[in-house]
Amino acid sequence: MVDARGLSCPTPVIMTQKAMKSKGDYYEVLVDSNTPRENVTRYAESQGYKVAVEEKDGEFLLKISK
Amino acid sequence: MNKKNDKLMMTIVGLAIGVISAALVYFGNPKNMGFCIACFLRDTAGGLGLHKAPPVQYIRPEIIGIVIGAFLAAFAKKEFRSQGGSAPMTRFVLGFFAMVGCLMFLGCPYRMILRLAGGDLNALAGLVGFTAGIFCGIFFLKNGYSLKRTYTLTKSEGYILPIIELVIFALLIIKPAYIAFTAEGVGPGAMHAAVGVSLAAGLFVGVFAQRTRLCMVGGIRDLVLFRETRLILGFLAILVAAFVTNLVLGAVTGTPYFVLGIEGQPVAHTDGLWNALGMLLVGFACVLLGGCPLRQLVMSGEGSADSAVTIIGLMVGAAFCHNFGLAASGEGPTPAGKTAVIIGIIVVAIIGVVNTYVRQDAKVATETK
Repeated sequence: MVDARGLSCPTPVIMTQKAMKSKGDYYEVLVDSNTPRENVTRYAESQGYKVAVEEKDGEFLLKISK
Repeated sequence: MNKKNDKLMMTIVGLAIGVISAALVYFGNPKNMGFCIACFLRDTAGGLGLHKAPPVQYIRPEIIGIVIGAFLAAFAKKEFRSQGGSAPMTRFVLGFFAMVGCLMFLGCPYRMILRLAGGDLNALAGLVGFTAGIFCGIFFLKNGYSLKRTYTLTKSEGYILPIIELVIFALLIIKPAYIAFTAEGVGPGAMHAAVGVSLAAGLFVGVFAQRTRLCMVGGIRDLVLFRETRLILGFLAILVAAFVTNLVLGAVTGTPYFVLGIEGQPVAHTDGLWNALGMLLVGFACVLLGGCPLRQLVMSGEGSADSAVTIIGLMVGAAFCHNFGLAASGEGPTPAGKTAVIIGIIVVAIIGVVNTYVRQDAKVATETK
């Protein structure tokens, strides 16, 4: 679980990149604005993951899975 | 939007912005300066009397258009959010020194592309320095650099900069005596497209830069960090489109818009080292800020108070540059300007170190003493 709320790009993507070094099958990334939502999604997809987005109270929970 | 469309959209927007940027020169803007966020913020600072350099005083409607365009686009897509509180003073200082670097090179990263598209080879030195600066910034990013999080602020906070832009636009139209205008023939400030044309161009760029997150620094940064090519496509599309438009305009009008060379380029100097060091400072500071001056304008339209503070930093930086002779000119850099660029690189490096390696916790800091 990566909490990247309030952080501006590219930091959320770097945090995701670092987390993914463990080569796990499932990650969750929490962001609260659109640019990181798009960028983290784009990065995860480029690494061969699928991304599902849940929006709640202006925050986005990105569920990233193989 | 899927990945392919995403990149296609970015390319189309980049091409359109490239054409518009070159066309603005036809409509009256200085050569290779259809757009320049640094120059235009500097001219605006001059128009408002924050500095007294007669050649560069004009409230540029392009800037106003970008902020309002980004505001409208963000608002329509429900992306407008009043946010801020992520190291505002650090951002102010980074903005200040980014401008010092821009005015050493005589252009922001956006104008660097337009200078390349106009055949100005001095901009190649700028590009080398710019890339080196981005690598400096990436070093810190990779090691954990962060200006920490932003917070949701009261709704009104995000409206303040867009409203200020509207007020400045009113001043441009009303032309009260205290608003300065560069006299004809005195300098680049006198060269400008009609207000409506400039404003429309700014609005277009603002809307589409907001939609695509276009950023001149982000292109090289994301390519290096993530092998992500989306943003650099925009950068390259602007270059190609502005280059072709320059050729077409040259053929149609009979006056050359593309002149390959080093000497005698419009609003440029030939000191390669200082062109490179100026842009190194810009690339470095902008990576630590999270975006180029254009992107800062767009984010301030999206409601970011942090970016608004950065814009103020850029403008104050511009005012200092002209009040204290730090800005370069066609004749080359000034000694004071060189000193300021060196100080800038040192200050930005310190900001990088402090926000990467020093725990930002007062208690821990006292314990280690």
